[in-house]
Amino acid sequence: MADKRKVPEVNSSSQADIAFSLLIFFLVATTMNTDTGLARMLPPMPPENQKQEDVKVKERNLFLVLISGNGAIMAGTPTDQQIIDLRQLTDKAKEFVLNPYDDANLPEKKDEEIVMPDGSKWVYPVSQGVISLQTTRDTGYQSYIQVQNELTRAFNEIRDEVSEQKFGSKFADLSEEQRSVITKAIPLKISEAEPRNIKK
Amino acid sequence: MAVMKKKGKKELPAISTSSLPDVIYMILFFFMVSTSMRDQELLVRYKLPEATEVQKLEKKSLVSYIHIGQPSLSMQAKFGTAPRIQLNDSYKTTQDILDFVAAERDQLNEADRAAMTICMKADVSTKMGIVTDVKQELRRANALKINYAASKSLGY
Repeated sequence: MADKRKVPEVNSSSQADIAFSLLIFFLVATTMNTDTGLARMLPPMPPENQKQEDVKVKERNLFLVLISGNGAIMAGTPTDQQIIDLRQLTDKAKEFVLNPYDDANLPEKKDEEIVMPDGSKWVYPVSQGVISLQTTRDTGYQSYIQVQNELTRAFNEIRDEVSEQKFGSKFADLSEEQRSVITKAIPLKISEAEPRNIKK
Repeated sequence: MAVMKKKGKKELPAISTSSLPDVIYMILFFFMVSTSMRDQELLVRYKLPEATEVQKLEKKSLVSYIHIGQPSLSMQAKFGTAPRIQLNDSYKTTQDILDFVAAERDQLNEADRAAMTICMKADVSTKMGIVTDVKQELRRANALKINYAASKSLGY
């Protein structure tokens, strides 16, 4: 008679509460933000016993960017320094790196053979220019990052233009090999010298 | 034909809550996938500078962090408001960076050591003096791949 007894269903009304408590645990214990930033390579430290010699760079190949304690920017080749606005910096840096009219006061270019992903060779006039960034100890980090950002933007725009010409798409959309070709053609040459000891 | 509507005192049936757990589980899984565990407690306060050309940090396991900023509010009574450097879970000075980098490097695989990145998280109001000291120390420690943490902004 009592064979067809039903098994009572497990009450699942507290499942929501369990899920809620798990959810709240994860909300508290984890962070969402992905870290972003500007990537840079520091120059290696010269050996201490070695006498430190300044690397001789031709004046036309040098683009000095000085940031003062109050955030003012002075930029230009050593012979032509100007106080400029942050917004002009990108164009100035681009003009310096590209040197579109082969101006004698702007950096030289050296033809370099770059091996393409398909094995062929590509000769590109690689700019010899170096951007040298100098700060005082008083300079705010904010203005430093802004200047770094503008310089990065200059290089990114140049890389975009060259990869549009060469591969027909933006730098960010290229494959790994194509990207390394462009990086060789336009190296990110930003030198970060030690701060000058400027009296307060 | 006219549709007859029954008018009467009929109670609304209760809304079924049996799918509520499923909804919550969905949210839970979303958070489990898209977030990462908090790994260290911050002892300094910082507001990252903003930049437009930022890149994402790849391979979090290869990244070590250096935090620079004012001590957090609860610590200010003890440590004042001068900017401090935080390595792991305590305040350190620039002299400790060498050991810190060596310890972090030891934790990595031999193959990954060259790709180790130091991420500098410094407050916007920090002066470059302390940042430069840290950079010089990193050069000495031969940790040359660095990253200035900045949050993404959309431009001017």
